[in-house]
Amino acid sequence: MKAEPSKSDAGTSDAAAAEGEKPKRLDPAEREARRAAALAAKAAAQSEGAAPAGDGEKPKRLDPAEREARRAAALAAKAAAKAAAEGGGDGGEGAEPPPKEPSPKQPLLDKITALIRDQVASDAVEDQYINEADSHLPVVVVKNEHWLKTAKLLKQSLQLDYLINLSGVDYETYMEVVYHIESFQTGEEYCVKVRTDRESPSIPSVTSVWSTANWPEREVYDLLGIQFPGHPDLRRILMPDDWVGHPLRKDYEPLDPEV
Amino acid sequence: MALRTEELLLNVGPQHPSTHGVFRIVVKIDGEIIKEATPVMGYLHRGTEKLAENLNYTQIIPYTDRMDYVSAMTNNYVLVSAVEKLMQLEVPERAEFLRVIVMELQRIASHLLWWGTYLLDIGAMSPFLFAFRDREMIIEMFNELCGARLTYFYMRVGGVKWDAPDGWIQKVRDFVPYMRERMKVYDDLVSGNEIFLARIKGVGRYDAQTAIDYGLSGANLRCTGVKRDLRKDHPYSVYDRFEFDVPTRTEGDCYARYLIRLEEIKESLRILEQAVEMFPEGPVMAKVPRVIRPPEGEVYSRVESPRGEIGCYVVSKGKDSPYRLKFRRPSFVNLQILPKLLVGESITNLITILGATDIVVGEVDA
Amino acid sequence: MGELLTQPLSWGSFLTFALMAIVLLLVILFMVTYAIYAERKILGYMQSRIGPNRTGKFGLLQTPADVLKLLIKEDTIPQKADRPLFKIAPIISFVPSFVVLATIPYSENMYFANLDIGVLYYVALSGLSTIGIVLGGWASNNKYSLIGGMRSAAQLVSYAIPLVISAVGVVLMSGTMNLMAIVERQSGWFWNWNFIPQILAFVVFVISAIAELNRTPFDLPEAESELVAGYHVEYSGFRFAIYMLTEYVYMIAMSALITTLFFGGWHAPAPFLEFIPGFIWFLLKFCGVFFFIIWLRGTMPRIRIDQLMSLGWRVLLPLSLANIFVTAIVMEIIKAING
Repeated sequence: MKAEPSKSDAGTSDAAAAEGEKPKRLDPAEREARRAAALAAKAAAQSEGAAPAGDGEKPKRLDPAEREARRAAALAAKAAAKAAAEGGGDGGEGAEPPPKEPSPKQPLLDKITALIRDQVASDAVEDQYINEADSHLPVVVVKNEHWLKTAKLLKQSLQLDYLINLSGVDYETYMEVVYHIESFQTGEEYCVKVRTDRESPSIPSVTSVWSTANWPEREVYDLLGIQFPGHPDLRRILMPDDWVGHPLRKDYEPLDPEV
Repeated sequence: MALRTEELLLNVGPQHPSTHGVFRIVVKIDGEIIKEATPVMGYLHRGTEKLAENLNYTQIIPYTDRMDYVSAMTNNYVLVSAVEKLMQLEVPERAEFLRVIVMELQRIASHLLWWGTYLLDIGAMSPFLFAFRDREMIIEMFNELCGARLTYFYMRVGGVKWDAPDGWIQKVRDFVPYMRERMKVYDDLVSGNEIFLARIKGVGRYDAQTAIDYGLSGANLRCTGVKRDLRKDHPYSVYDRFEFDVPTRTEGDCYARYLIRLEEIKESLRILEQAVEMFPEGPVMAKVPRVIRPPEGEVYSRVESPRGEIGCYVVSKGKDSPYRLKFRRPSFVNLQILPKLLVGESITNLITILGATDIVVGEVDA
Repeated sequence: MGELLTQPLSWGSFLTFALMAIVLLLVILFMVTYAIYAERKILGYMQSRIGPNRTGKFGLLQTPADVLKLLIKEDTIPQKADRPLFKIAPIISFVPSFVVLATIPYSENMYFANLDIGVLYYVALSGLSTIGIVLGGWASNNKYSLIGGMRSAAQLVSYAIPLVISAVGVVLMSGTMNLMAIVERQSGWFWNWNFIPQILAFVVFVISAIAELNRTPFDLPEAESELVAGYHVEYSGFRFAIYMLTEYVYMIAMSALITTLFFGGWHAPAPFLEFIPGFIWFLLKFCGVFFFIIWLRGTMPRIRIDQLMSLGWRVLLPLSLANIFVTAIVMEIIKAING
């Protein structure tokens, strides 16, 4: 059983932006970058007077300076992480550096990354890593504009014909949609993430690829406000049709503040 | 003078005896044939996912009970298993066995309720009462175990809350042969009835490709020939220690789904038998801190509920409440195929097809 | 009763007729009350539960309590409904159900009208109730009741035909449409009763009768789980009570008709049992048929509308026509053999 309160507290404030979903298999260089970013963000946060715990639940208004600091931290951490991921090995938990052996699903990750880079665009893959906690699930982050083509490619070449889950997540600086896909023939499972910004969020709809995406995309539109161009019938599904606002957003002001 | 006919816009629901909850389908009918059907939902949307962002993990478990209120144990399990995966917790054996036993009993109870209400929709009123009488035995067992009849709040992160009281395992052991006898009675009463077969056979047919494309799961997928059960393909808890089959049929119509669910009850009885034989001693709860704080990360955990695949996607930022909690609800996804299946059917068949899809509106809306 | 009918009409005989009609109405209302109670109890026991048992001893006062509740309810009429039609529909439905009881012989001496066209009278009048149902469906200004009314009209018309044609088989054998004479031809042992020589007509008649009664498995017009009560969904209070009354009086009338046509009316199964009054035998057989109808309700699922139509026109009608031919041929053969 693991309980790492200190690490999580430190990790939250700076990593809230982009790294929330990253598992902790960081190598020493990466840890340095993160620690620096954390200190920077913490300074920025403290200057603003916001709580360093950075509760994701409270609808907070981040002022531009704070947002900048976070984004800078995020980018720095991301670059470092990418370097680490490209290396293929994982960093140890503690300070000792014997690198963990490569995950058993690493070949799958390499395969899908290579396929996308090859067939769609060389810069279509923004990020890729293995999510260890979730039984070493290969995760690929695909660029927004290449997503539809990538989806078609995945369904065709890798026979990923079953879309298990589609969820939208609101990280305060950007929004993301997470797709879990699976193939019945080969038994492979992948997770694909597509990011979009918050001002006018939009992600190409994959209803034409997997029909099961129809209502989940409507749900994401309804609750988070992400547009899905190409969707046959994008309208609210769970909230009343004349509702204003998108409830699942972090900055949503509920109608009744007592709730 | 030509005969003028119009299409009629009919609202089936939200208050309707057969929609299994507060759920509306707007159908355009021409005589008795449906030209277009649009489901409208959201009447039961309670904002579980948003609420979860303010509650700690143990507080969210009762909310999961109320999502799919007919099979609350599997809902409990999907959430606690996601958190346990994140925390890499080792759950004691006795707790895992208790979890399996209650989940299988829950599967039987859910299928019994489905069977009774489906036959009530079709017009036979007696099987409903027989099904509920047998389900009552299971509910009484749950009442003895955890104090609740429908929304149990039984599982916790790291195990289960209550140990089985004295004599409870014996009750489960006695229930299995009793239920087997009852299954024979049900088969005699209903499965050969010609009117019933004429109502169900060949209705609402779709093929495997459509089912996979629409992301169906559970009996809705297995009726087309795709042999897929999460308990076998991605085993969780201690399911890999039990021997059971996965009933599959190839016709893809309502009759196939009906038979599969009855077979699933029989398979659950098999698992129960084995589980009570192998029931170990030990603690029922692992050593967990008072406040559950999973480390940062995200995980997607999937469980085979009676309705299909229920999944829980948790994004944790290391706090005691999740950053984002999303439930992949099987009824929500399974329902998408309804507009496609209903075009060209009569209203009576609407009820038949909707019943065979086995939805619970609490889960469709969450 | 017969003598009274043949005399010229005077104030005295008119009053006697009126009084007897009122007595019959009261008897029928009483029977309906306990028919409803019997149905609830029997269905309850079939479904492993007890039916009503709280109001009064053994729940015997349950139906009077329900009727009282219905009577004191507010009389709601939907705003856009067609008021005159809405009000008159249940009455159009109910009157024929009571009127057809006049022609059935309950025993040798107990009958109201000895019509020579008894069978025809019955079927013709019971067809009139269809108008009441369709009117009720239309006047409610509700799409569900409209669909229910339409379904019901289709069903009642389609099944009236096999009903009549299978009864024609019995008429052929008895040589008359007079119900009294039909019963008299079935005297003797129980194998003289018409259900054995006319077994095909019996089966077709019973199935059509259940369809005419809108009972499960043919209860589409009031399919609870699909149309939420179909044609009487907007009716409440006393008007709804009249629709329910119609249904049960028809059940009683139809059971009585089946007993008369096929089970020998008021005759005993064996001649040495004739000392028991005919009325008791009639009652026993009638109760048996009634029980069978309730039994069917607790067991069978509902049939679909297109399957129902197809059953009526493509199976029952040809069978009843075949029955007529076979009956006629056999009768000619027997006549030829007997000289």
